[in-house]
Parts: sequence; structure tokens; C-alpha cells
Amino acid sequence: MTPFTTLTSVAVPILRDNVDTDAIIPSREMKSTGRTGLAEGLFAPWRYSDVAARTPDPTFELNMPEAKGGQVILGGANFGCGSSREHAVWALVEYGIRCVIAESFAPIFRANCIRNGVLPITLPRADVDALAWQEITVDLPAQMVTAGETTHSLTIEDEPRTMLLEGLDVIDLTLKALPAIEAWTDADRTARPWVYLEKTA
Amino acid sequence: MTSTGPKTLFEKIWDTHRIDTGTSGAGLVAIDRVFLHERTGAAALKSMAAAGRPVRDPARVFAVMDHIVDTRIGRGDGTLMEGGSAFITETRAAAKAAGITLFDVNDPDQGITHVISPELGIVLPGVTLVAPDSHTCTQGALGALAWGIGSSEAEHAMATGTLRIEKPKTMRVTFTGQLAPGVTAKDMALALIAAHGAGGGAGHAVEFAGEAVEALDIEARMTLCNMATEFSAMAGFIAPDAKTFEYLAGRRYAPANFEDPYWQTLSTDDGATFDTEIVIDAASLAPMVSWGTSPQHSMPIDGAVPQGPQRAHQYIDLAPGAAMLGTPIDVAFVGSCTNARLSDLRRAAALVKGHKVADSIKKAMVVPGSSSVKRAAEAEGLDTIFTEAGFEWRASGCSLCFFAGGERFPEGSRTISSTNRNFEGRQGPGIRTHIASPETVIASAVAGVIADPRELAKESAQ
Repeated sequence: MTPFTTLTSVAVPILRDNVDTDAIIPSREMKSTGRTGLAEGLFAPWRYSDVAARTPDPTFELNMPEAKGGQVILGGANFGCGSSREHAVWALVEYGIRCVIAESFAPIFRANCIRNGVLPITLPRADVDALAWQEITVDLPAQMVTAGETTHSLTIEDEPRTMLLEGLDVIDLTLKALPAIEAWTDADRTARPWVYLEKTA
Repeated sequence: MTSTGPKTLFEKIWDTHRIDTGTSGAGLVAIDRVFLHERTGAAALKSMAAAGRPVRDPARVFAVMDHIVDTRIGRGDGTLMEGGSAFITETRAAAKAAGITLFDVNDPDQGITHVISPELGIVLPGVTLVAPDSHTCTQGALGALAWGIGSSEAEHAMATGTLRIEKPKTMRVTFTGQLAPGVTAKDMALALIAAHGAGGGAGHAVEFAGEAVEALDIEARMTLCNMATEFSAMAGFIAPDAKTFEYLAGRRYAPANFEDPYWQTLSTDDGATFDTEIVIDAASLAPMVSWGTSPQHSMPIDGAVPQGPQRAHQYIDLAPGAAMLGTPIDVAFVGSCTNARLSDLRRAAALVKGHKVADSIKKAMVVPGSSSVKRAAEAEGLDTIFTEAGFEWRASGCSLCFFAGGERFPEGSRTISSTNRNFEGRQGPGIRTHIASPETVIASAVAGVIADPRELAKESAQ
């Protein structure tokens, strides 16, 4: 996973509430079992006026000339709701998005962001709105978002912060605690034997 | 830290599963069961194999073909979706290589994940169960802590037997009183989300409680818990009671008995407190239907469309103030992990018996939630009732709840659907979806317009 430290980018506003993962990457755009080949399908229903012909819709924010090269998108409340598909985040990353700033996030989408080096930032709606089309700097080590003269502090729990900053492979991190996991499992086998199944097939 | 004093059900399950690693940060929580499907399962298993990571305890990991699999009768691995069969064949190969249990396309136990897991006794009260599928919260109906995750977290759960997760806040949603006739668990869920928003449960593990919840049968409890993710909750669950243990007795993966005193501890203690409490008068609820493009855009069926975001009104083509009753529909769909269990199909069949789908309906279909539901429904003759009324009868799977298998509703259709999501394009490009109970789907299919199921029930009773 690519570490996240700081980035400076235009903030592209997609300021709708309840942006769902079917809109971010529709089911029909997930064409293989892999994690790649998804950028073209990103926001397909909104980005293209004719999805099959891939005709860009000039009124969709990501297609506007000032969005070019943007790595930050802005959203409303409950961003990323709906299906748990991690493809939504994979599509964002492949397209070049590294940070989403929204009023609030759906929980599975937020966790998927952190697992893929995308920084999810929650700010009050008025602050999110004010960042629209601004050149902003997101500084994770300092936990600050700066736009011109305005700064906002950025709140994130310690562990996701460390994971993003260091680009950690979280499975390796957990496997370091394997002795504790094994000790817990041994005790649990006695306490709740019915949890443990014999392989039948 | 394990808390002392009165505890909520959530805290009990959480504390049982916390693994102390002696370090700070998000805690490790033991995961008892993992369930995969072919949409996201192959990706997770292949990625683990590529990293050289085995599944730690394959006997507790299950997979099923439900998302992309065709639901036309006589299906095989082929799908209408271009490249769809690769999801099936790759999941099959990856499941075999990993040594996990797979319920394959034509396995007698195949079905939608959240239908077959309870049927087989894979989910149990007090367990933690995760799946890379947002509707995993359905399984909380059995008193489990069950929630949806992404593919990367699924890999983590399979490789380590744990997840790293921050403790959520607790919420109790209490439904007081009893539901009126014709009002269902689906209507309870939609009423909650309409009142408190699609983000209303964010950051919370939600316990459903109260008289109206206790009165629900186990399958209706699954319908209620299913919609917890549409409320943005981490999980939704209901304390197990005598009905729960009776439901699970004798199921394949369930314990031989529930005599251990442990099973009686799985409820919220008197005096335990929640971070958030919501109380809803169940007796005041009417059948609900969605009018817009989020489940929070739901309303009592006999009301007028409220003022919402302009974009939603535009997409769905209904203006504020319009009556919902009488809105012409093109398609009727009964199916999904929300409302396609045997009890749903029995209620739907009882209502449609002796009626026909209106001529103006272009497509009407019933997709059973599992192969076992399909067999049981056929044994009772429900399939004949549906087909005689003009519904197509299908093999089980997620089907047209969304657009995965490549099937389409006619362009621009307005659908009445017993599913869980009315997002823009969810059921296909330009499709306008109204979600409701199976009863409302049936009544609307018969009328050709959105119709109140209580009226059809009266007519049928005469």
C-alpha cells in the first residue's frame, strides 16, 4: 500500500448526500475478479451521458476542466453507502483519488479506504462546501487541511493514521500477535467448543 | 477493557471475542465464521494465495454462488453478463484450493448467503460472523454479531481469525406495541430509516427490541436486521429467545443442543445503558414504500410524496405532493436477502391466489432466496400459484436486486421490488425502483399501479 503523507490538489465537489457504491462503481462495470481495470467505470452512470459509448457528460464535476489531475473529492453525508464492494475504492485509487472529504461516511467504505491508502476526512458540511474547487493541502502527519488562509484540523484514530502514514500491511501486523491469538483460541475451544467445526467436505 | 456491571448484548459478545495483545490501537476481535460469495470471494482468496497466506481455519469459512449466478431455471455456469462465468469458475477453484466449504451453483444447499447461513445453522447466537457483503447484518436476527466488510478485511479475517476494529457505539431501537394487519418487518425498517436517515445508525451497533420485535418470527427478524446497513449501522441484531433456539435446533452446523447456561446469557441486562436510544410506536405504522433514490426516501403508502432533493424527484419522476397510490408500474419483483424466505413467499402467494398480474406489467418475477426455499415452496404448490397469476418462477440467487448477472428489466422501467436498495441505476440504467414489502409488491402487480396491500387482503378475504 502506498503511504499517505501530504498531498496538494484541487478539491472536486461531488456534494450529494448518500453517494452509494453502485454509483461509484456499478456492478456491471466490475468485469473481472481482480482489483484492476476499474477506473473507466468510476462514477460511470454520472460521468458518461452514454455509458456504452463512454461519452463524457460535461456537467459531471470530474469531467470539468478544472478537475484535471484532482486527487481529492468532496462528498455530502453518508458517502459510500450501500454495497460493501471494495471495488469502489479500488476504482477511485486507479483513477488517482487519494483523499475523500465528506460530512460523514458509511462504515464499510471508510474501512476500505484505510486499507487502500485513501484518507477519509470528516468535516462539518459548511466546511466541506467551502473547499469546493479550492487548491487544498492535506497534511496527515500534522493532521491539517489547508485551503488558502483557512485551516481545519483533521481527526483520525491512531491506528488508521499509522496504517496510512506507513503504508502498513495490516495482516502482517496482526500476524505478529499470533501467539496471543493462538492462546485465545485454545481457551475459547474449551469455553465455546460448539464454535469449532470439523471439516466435512 | 472488559466492562463490569450491567451489559448490553453487544458488549457481551464483544467482550467474549476481544483478544488482548497487550498493545494499543484498535483491538483484535476474534471472528468465528466467514462467508464468501462469487462476486468478491475469488478476489479475496486469490489475493491470499498470491501472498502465500493460508486460510487459518478452513472449516469455519464458507462460500456460495449467489450474486452473479443465473436464476433462470436449468442454469449452469453460464451467465448473461459478459465474463460473469469467470467469477463462478474462479471462486470454485479458489475455494477448493483453500479447503473451504463451497455451496456450488447446483448444490441443494445453494442460495443467497444470508438465507442459507441461518438455514444451515452456520450463524448462531453469540458468534461473530463477517462476509464481504453489506447485508451480512441480516444474520444478526439469530443473536449473532454479523457485519459486512470489504475484500481486504475478509482476507484479514481468513488469514488471522480476527479483525482489527474500533469498538462501535451502542444503539437500541425499540418498537413498542404491535403491528397492524398488513404491516410487516420491512415496513418497520423503512419507517426507521425514513424517520432517522440513511446515515442514522452510523458508528453504532444496533439492537432491535420491544414487543413488536419479539412478536416477529425468525425470518421476519432477518428482514428487519437486513436493513440495518441501509441505516449505515455496523450491525443490527436481536437477542435470541425460545423461537431462535427452536429455529436452529437440528440444523446441520448447529450444536447438538442449547442446554449450556451460556445461551441464556445472551440478552441485554436490566440497567445496561446505550449510547443512543430510539423508540418507535409499531402500532402507528402503515405499509411503507420508497419514493426516491435512497431508502430514507420512504413514506407511508397512502401519503403524498414529500419534498426531497431535486435530483431524486427528477430521477424517479415523481413531484412533491404527488399521491403514491395509483402510480403506474412496469415490473414487479419478489426476491433478495431481504424478503425471499419461505414465510415471505407464503404470504405473497396467499395474497395473489385467485388474482392475475395486470396486463400492463411487462415483467413479474419471484426468485426464491435459496434452493431449499424453492423446493419447500414447490412442495406446497406456491410456484403454481405464482405462475398461474403471471409471475415467472426462478432458481435462487440475488438476481435482479441489482444488475450483476447481466439480466435487464425493460429500459426505463418503474419497478416495485421487495429488495433493499432504490439507488439510481441499482436495478439497471435508468430503472426507477420502489422498495416495499412482498405484500405491497403483490398488490401493486395485481393492480398495475402502486397499491395498498391491505385493500387486496380485504378483497381476498371476502
